[in-house]
Amino acid sequence: MKLECKHVWQHISEYIDGSVDAKLREDIERHLEHCEICSAILDSTRNILILTADNRTFELPVGYSERLHKRLAKELESSEQNSDDK
Amino acid sequence: MEMTGTTEAGLIARILAGEKELFHELIRPYERMVYLTLFSIVRNETEAEDGAQEAVISAYRHLASFRGDAKFSTWLTTIAINEGRKRLRKTKGAVEDSIEEKEESHEGDYTPAPLTDWREIPLEALERKELREALRVAVTELPGIYRQVFTLRDLEELNIEETAQALGITTGAVKVRLHRARLMLQKRLVPYLKTTAPARRGFFGRAL
Repeated sequence: MKLECKHVWQHISEYIDGSVDAKLREDIERHLEHCEICSAILDSTRNILILTADNRTFELPVGYSERLHKRLAKELESSEQNSDDK
Repeated sequence: MEMTGTTEAGLIARILAGEKELFHELIRPYERMVYLTLFSIVRNETEAEDGAQEAVISAYRHLASFRGDAKFSTWLTTIAINEGRKRLRKTKGAVEDSIEEKEESHEGDYTPAPLTDWREIPLEALERKELREALRVAVTELPGIYRQVFTLRDLEELNIEETAQALGITTGAVKVRLHRARLMLQKRLVPYLKTTAPARRGFFGRAL
């Protein structure tokens, strides 16, 4: 079946996740071979996802981990005392 | 780094048996995930950090109620989501939620932006700071229901089922929201991606 661009766009997310069935995958790939626009959309979307998963894009506040473990240590200590009280 | 189920289960058993200090180790691989989950809901660094601490403490206090039938990471994410929602209600009331429910049913125009003069961008272009910054802003400004699904799935890399479980929605809803979120981001970031395209290429992908 010949796909239109719009049809490819509808499935682009699932295509990236590899969750379209074999037949549709084949149709999409055949379309991509000759469609510059859809190929560019696919590439750009993929690049965004690569960048998203890169730890440097979404950084944690400086000192986050230290503060978290300090707070946790306090909690562990106080729960220790509570169980001693009983 | 992901711990194997057995190691993690072993760690949990030991903590519950009294080796409380091991909770530090149990939580370490998930610190980032907890913060990002909180941030995707409250969208404020200080609130997200406070919430992350609360969520981790809450996970510690309720560890005995964790059942091995779900993954620890999913269970922890659920706690983080609940903490975030609690904070959001406190600061904003339920206003945002009800607005977003409407957005969901709205048949929006979720189409990608077509690119012209595009060629695959070189890896070094992805290193550019402006692009990262633009992406951060774009994700933060997505409507909440899309932002949360996108964060769990594409940032924290949970799978579709885990994302659905953590958010308490169907896998179908996860797929729809994820699709829309990705296309909204693509559309928004195209200007930044375009300027990184170094050269034109021929109509069938051949270099001119």
